Amino acid sequence: MNRMNEPRKLDGKWNIVVLLLVVVVYGVIQLLAAKEILLPYHLQVMGLICINIMLVVSLNLINGFTGQFSLGHASFLAIGAYLSAALTVFLGMNFYLALIISGLASGFVGILIGLPALRLRGDYLAIATLGFGEIIRVVILNIPAVGGPRGFTGIPRYTTFGLTYILAVVTVLGIKNFVNSAHGRACVSIREDEIAAGSLGINIIYYKVAAFAIGAMVAGVAGALFSHYMQYISPGTNQIGFLRSIDILIMVVLGGLGSLTGSVVSAILLTLLPELLRGFAQYRMIVYSIILIVMMLFMPSGLLGGFELSFEFLENLIGKFKIRKRGVSDGTS
Amino acid sequence: MAQANGLQVIDLSVQIGGLKAVSSVNLELNLGELVGLIGPNGAGKTTVFNALTGFCHPTAGQVFFKEQDLTNKPPHVVAQHNLARTFQNIRLFKDLSVLDNLKIAYHKHVGYSFFSGILRTPRYHKQEQKITRITMEILDIVGLAERAYEKAGNLSYGEQRKLEIARALVMEPSLLLLDEPAAGMNPNETEELIDLIRQIRKDFELTVFLIEHDMNLVMNLCERLYVLDYGVLIAEGSVQDVRSNRKVIEAYLGEDSPWQS
Amino acid sequence: MTWYTLLGQQLINGLALGSVYALIALGYTMVYGIIKLINFAHGEMYMLGAYFGFYALTSWQLPLIPALLVSMALTALVGVVLERIAYKPLRNSPRITALITAIGASLLLQNVAQIGFGAEFKPFPQVIPFKRIQLGFVFITNRQLIMFAIALILMILLHIIVQYTKTGKAMRAVSMDKEAAMLMGIDVDRIISFTFAIGSSLAAAGGVLVGMYYNRIDPYMGVMPGLKAFIAAVFGGIGVIPGAVIGGLIMGVAENLVVAFGSSTYRDAVAFAILILVLLFKPDGLLGKRHQEKV
Repeated sequence: MNRMNEPRKLDGKWNIVVLLLVVVVYGVIQLLAAKEILLPYHLQVMGLICINIMLVVSLNLINGFTGQFSLGHASFLAIGAYLSAALTVFLGMNFYLALIISGLASGFVGILIGLPALRLRGDYLAIATLGFGEIIRVVILNIPAVGGPRGFTGIPRYTTFGLTYILAVVTVLGIKNFVNSAHGRACVSIREDEIAAGSLGINIIYYKVAAFAIGAMVAGVAGALFSHYMQYISPGTNQIGFLRSIDILIMVVLGGLGSLTGSVVSAILLTLLPELLRGFAQYRMIVYSIILIVMMLFMPSGLLGGFELSFEFLENLIGKFKIRKRGVSDGTS
Repeated sequence: MAQANGLQVIDLSVQIGGLKAVSSVNLELNLGELVGLIGPNGAGKTTVFNALTGFCHPTAGQVFFKEQDLTNKPPHVVAQHNLARTFQNIRLFKDLSVLDNLKIAYHKHVGYSFFSGILRTPRYHKQEQKITRITMEILDIVGLAERAYEKAGNLSYGEQRKLEIARALVMEPSLLLLDEPAAGMNPNETEELIDLIRQIRKDFELTVFLIEHDMNLVMNLCERLYVLDYGVLIAEGSVQDVRSNRKVIEAYLGEDSPWQS
Repeated sequence: MTWYTLLGQQLINGLALGSVYALIALGYTMVYGIIKLINFAHGEMYMLGAYFGFYALTSWQLPLIPALLVSMALTALVGVVLERIAYKPLRNSPRITALITAIGASLLLQNVAQIGFGAEFKPFPQVIPFKRIQLGFVFITNRQLIMFAIALILMILLHIIVQYTKTGKAMRAVSMDKEAAMLMGIDVDRIISFTFAIGSSLAAAGGVLVGMYYNRIDPYMGVMPGLKAFIAAVFGGIGVIPGAVIGGLIMGVAENLVVAFGSSTYRDAVAFAILILVLLFKPDGLLGKRHQEKV
């Protein structure tokens, strides 16, 4: 019998290379900041980029990789933002501890939302998650202790650019590793064909809920970072409600559902663009909505067409190349 | 032979809407047998498979495999009990690579947790190597090793059907349920399929239960047959017995006789 | 005020609001029934209807009924154009793609309206002088009567069209089985356009009625009512026309009761709570039917 050579295991080396790159980039940024080429304002925008990267990648896990159309992602952000602020402001809790607790709380809510949502198909699920998101927002709106309609002010600025950077990197790497593991493959199989996946022994409910939980947890941490960066969080639909969920969704869609590289790229683009085009703020939503429609009509796989820059991609290329090089096979046994 | 400690289906009935798709069907398969389920179109054969594998709820009756009660269990639990099936309409993950299709099928044997996957522990690496090795071996057996990294959707129809069987094999099943594995195949491909099924049944010590319309395959492979018509078992026995059974011949009347040699 | 007076009053208010929800919900349910798409932009048909009505009443000085008809016709046109440009090309795409497009269309219409019409609230002209009529222990305004009357007439007309005309039969056929309808020679594209036209015009009527009732309109007025009407359609059974009516009426009444006897800040949450309950316990809605995927 013929045997294929196993593709080289580049995994361990991949993580080291990326880590090095990450450190270098960080060093460069800090250098530029020290030399005052990068102003605090710039650093803040970059911090927001990192937070958005976390939000986009976590939503991509749910929508893109597991195929569960969630329209309530901002509510996880909301829980993280408000809960962490309440913990630090009212209980004087250590910020990092508050981060962890907020993440876990959001993850827990993700499970609560995931469980009933599971039996619903695409469009129904979208509306259900939208509904859950709005309920959470309205509940928060009605808690006077956290500021009610006026929002939560006076949140201490515990988030630093460095922290957002590290957490963004950890998120991207973590989710990437997850997706390329057997558990990630299970999620993808659910997206591709639930029935086939079930027949192969995959517990559909378990993995759908897991995807929601992980996505929610990351979004919760991102939310906590956000409220302690902006020092203010409000219960408006464009901060923690439907419009914010759409904002994040647009970033996922632009980058490509199921493409982590795309998510990072589009998070950077769509965070920078409004900053660069401040003068045209009123046209922002028109441009975004046209982007959505045009993307779906002509490029539904996103800007990068589902392309993923990774060693798996390279491995596959190498694998195909090797097969072609070996020439005609000897046939089966 | 000993009392069936393989598959036991007792008085299975499935009602879909107002229609009784399956009525009081009794089946027995001993371990290691290769049995066929035949009958005209719409007889309820796939419904029986669906009831066995958790894709529809029986309204009455019981399903046992190796004396474990599988009645009404969800599909992934049935899979845990070492039943594997293929589908009448191929249900491959068409946009994923051939190899990934198989890797996913190895799921229930995967020996590492979420955290191991995320943190890329040595355990993860060892398990992934094992998964790749095993899946490539199975690909070799069905002759698709060359296509490992291609999209499953790019395979020819016959190759896709083989891939589905390969995917079921990766699950290391005891009972393999094949739903019209030869559908749409030309005579050459069907011959290859017959050889393949014989070989894997021997090499993997499988019990095989298959639905088929291709009588060439049925006659060459099956040791025993069950015949279903309008949800009711109308005959069972050896191929010879069933062939000459008057009720079976009548049931197929109106369809092109499948018994043409 | 006694509790039953309050209850009765809120029931009437609720039914008035509910009849508008019903008009909007009908559009959602018909479109979903025929192409399995949640037309997120449908709330904007309601909004555009209100604006077209506004301009018909103010700039063209039309009386109420002609203005209503003009608004319905114009909005029907917008609906048909929207379908042709944004939804038709995606008829065979995954549902998620179409849904995202619909969201995009909704956002686009809202923001274009904001820039085109101005973001501020516009006062709707008071064509009908306000009059209150006493009915036993409750009051009903003449505006509410007009709302009931117009909504009822439109629903009856719809019923006649769907049940007794050839086009209506074609609509029912297409929503049952698109391929079979095509094989029968039905021009499916035309029927789908027609469905959008009717749905949009009903929503437009709702918009005009609401403008008349609350006296003000704004570019974002379609967002919440649109969502609530959709939930009402799901509650009644998506794709089932009587379900939309029942769902809409119940939604209107429930909302008013919560505001009257509970807290007004939770007004919007009522709809979402209903949604969650429906999806948890009876996802097919009151009158809906389930489709099983063939394994």
